[in-house]
Amino acid sequence: MVKSYNQPLKQLLMVLALMFCVTVYADDAANNITEQRRIELKNLLLQDCGSCHGMTLKGGLGPALTPEALKNKSRRMIEMTILQGRPGTPMPPWESILSREEVRWLVDTLYAGVSQ
Amino acid sequence: MTSVLRSVILVCFLMLSVACSSLRGTGDLGVVIERATGSVQIIDTTQHVSLNRVSGMGDLSHAIVVYSRDERYAYVFGRDGGLTKIDILRGKIVKRIIQSGNSIGGAISQDGKLVAVSNYTPGGVKVFSSDTLKLQAIIPAAYGNEHKRSKVVGLVDAPGQRFVFSLYDAGQIWIADFSSGHPVITKFKNIGIHPYDGLITPDGRYYIAGLFGEDGLALLDLWHPEKGVKRILNDYGRGDKKMPVYKMPHLEGWAMTEDYAFLPEVGRNEVLVVNRHNWKRITSIAVHGQPVFVMARPDGRQVWVNFAYPRNDTVQVINTEKLRVIKTLKPGKAVLHMAFTPRGEQIWISARDANQVSVYDTANFNRIKILPMTKPSGIFLTDRADRIGL
Repeated sequence: MVKSYNQPLKQLLMVLALMFCVTVYADDAANNITEQRRIELKNLLLQDCGSCHGMTLKGGLGPALTPEALKNKSRRMIEMTILQGRPGTPMPPWESILSREEVRWLVDTLYAGVSQ
Repeated sequence: MTSVLRSVILVCFLMLSVACSSLRGTGDLGVVIERATGSVQIIDTTQHVSLNRVSGMGDLSHAIVVYSRDERYAYVFGRDGGLTKIDILRGKIVKRIIQSGNSIGGAISQDGKLVAVSNYTPGGVKVFSSDTLKLQAIIPAAYGNEHKRSKVVGLVDAPGQRFVFSLYDAGQIWIADFSSGHPVITKFKNIGIHPYDGLITPDGRYYIAGLFGEDGLALLDLWHPEKGVKRILNDYGRGDKKMPVYKMPHLEGWAMTEDYAFLPEVGRNEVLVVNRHNWKRITSIAVHGQPVFVMARPDGRQVWVNFAYPRNDTVQVINTEKLRVIKTLKPGKAVLHMAFTPRGEQIWISARDANQVSVYDTANFNRIKILPMTKPSGIFLTDRADRIGL
């Protein structure tokens, strides 16, 4: 008896929880990026960007990308560098691989500091 | 009574430890870098097993390994400037130092006594005793009137107790000759814009630097350094229509067979075939992606190629007589490196995002074994100890 009474309540709670999640994500700058894609992007950042910028992003052939290093750099400049690359250097343009939203999320992540 | 028991236990322990420490050589051993966890695994290429894991080596992205001439000690060069000497028989770190802020590679001298490291920050080369890791020499890569420091790339050892390397920011190649005990530096200026890596031919005669900033390659004949640096393959490089390069090709893996050199094209899905004797282009072979490592099997009959992001789940095999791809393999996501066993019957391939190293039979392309590893990158077998340049 108790069980059947609880069933609709549970469903209602679940719907509420889902709505809450959607609201939270909508507030985020990168609302269409799934959790799975975020994991892929973070892996890309540490492992592939890291092959030039260092896995700890403290720099290598490319400059450091730590919050400290980016502090005085314009956000727009960093986004454009990722999207269009930097001619005369090995930095390639990523616009054929990453969406603008994904780039924005990556830059957010860089400013916040990436946990390893 | 207890003392008798104690003695018995002690004797048992002793017998056990003798049984464990049976003698063995290192000719079929190697090291696999686990780049994200600052660890390495010591592998046995006869049994296809991992013998040991050694941890505590910091940032090992882009780490490389050279070996002492007795093939017992591995020197691991880490990205964070760490230089670690590992006893691969005991599976233990013998000595570890942090020698700079940011380093890219290293080499061991002809006589095995000196280990040189190329550094980005501060730009230059440091040379250590291979025995103690005590600092022997500092070579700052200073250039121009302001004595700015250049990042150093493409460090190799050359016959005559020499190290050769390129200055990325300065566009120079330097030879550091240690034959008299103290380094004597010879500088070659204006060799091209942004040399990004270097290689030495297996006979130790020619040093070649790849140029990121312009087309062509810089060639130095180490038998006749007085003749200076020449430009070869003027149309090699990114050309007029510069395609994005998602991972810098590595020159150390350049494949040399008797007549041909196989080179990764920069920014194009092609492997370039060049006449080794006059450095003229013969043909290009279309491949799956932008090549990163292009490696010849030791007998020269096959060339194996891996690729840059995002097409990096694949390895292709080129037949060097037919000059075409004869096999495509999928060893796992993010293939980073490959290493042939000394006589080439097997190849070991690391797949970073698949967290595994695969062993393939190079005759029938069957996968013999998969070994689980954590984000594996470079694979370095002990036969490197016997090769000029490494």
